[in-house]
Amino acid sequence: MVPCQMSATGFRAKPPGAHWNVSATEPKPLASTIVRDDEAALVSAAKGGDTSAFEELVNRYERKIFRLGMNITQNKEDAEDVMQDAFMKSYQNLDRFQGDSRFYTWLVRIAVNEALMKLRKRRPNQVSLDEPLPGTDGDDSVFREIEDWGPSPEKKFAQTELNEILNGVIGELDPIFRVAFLLRDEEGLSTEETAQILGISEAAVKSRLLRARLKLRQKLNKYFRRSETQ
Amino acid sequence: MNCKKVILELTSYLDGVLDSTMRIDLEQHLSRCTDCRLVVDTTRKTIQIFCNSEPVPLPEDVRKRLHTALLERFRRNAKTT
Repeated sequence: MVPCQMSATGFRAKPPGAHWNVSATEPKPLASTIVRDDEAALVSAAKGGDTSAFEELVNRYERKIFRLGMNITQNKEDAEDVMQDAFMKSYQNLDRFQGDSRFYTWLVRIAVNEALMKLRKRRPNQVSLDEPLPGTDGDDSVFREIEDWGPSPEKKFAQTELNEILNGVIGELDPIFRVAFLLRDEEGLSTEETAQILGISEAAVKSRLLRARLKLRQKLNKYFRRSETQ
Repeated sequence: MNCKKVILELTSYLDGVLDSTMRIDLEQHLSRCTDCRLVVDTTRKTIQIFCNSEPVPLPEDVRKRLHTALLERFRRNAKTT
């Protein structure tokens, strides 16, 4: 588990490229002459036809892309499709990748587009990343329910139950807010990277992130407030 | 700084990117406003709880299908080049 980074002045999400703990089923590294930690070298080798270099990139990011697909689509089959399509399209279009951004950011952009297409097919006319946002002057309901949660509210729940709660509340978020939260706070991408991926301004990312964080806080309140957890 | 402004600057504050003058102003407000303090604290905890949650595992069958499909693509690609 990768802890969030909390500085004296504020919170920072997991840094880009940080890896989650790997499970016992972690695949053995492929015999590649490429230095593992050099993403640019792997991409360059893959462009030159080294399939083991591309497979190394897949090994490196498959869990993160699957998790992103799951979190956006909330469906295992769709997440599998998203992951497969993202890797296939990135392989197919590798020549077009100019290296202006990190390969992972480019891969996330493809995966997000695939995942949003799944949502649009499922709920046509309801999912758009272009819909106008409500005003950015905060959420009127922010101060409606204000209660302290206590020091470690999540410890009141078993891990499985906590995962269900978190999946449930994030699934209730409107996709435009959900994706902003996932990219910034869970994937640890910067505001600039998130803006590039979503094709929106950094100000719009900040606005969506604020809404997402406030809405999630509000949804978690009923589970974590002190009166419920004592 | 008033409560509305605190909420507007909440994301920048939690991300640690608020400029120092604004941060001091905001923290002075927090020291005297319980409601805002609770909103800031519980929002910070919200992010931490998600960030510390267990990652979704990649099922082995899903992973195998991905790598089988990739190998097939590599083979097809090799034939055409």
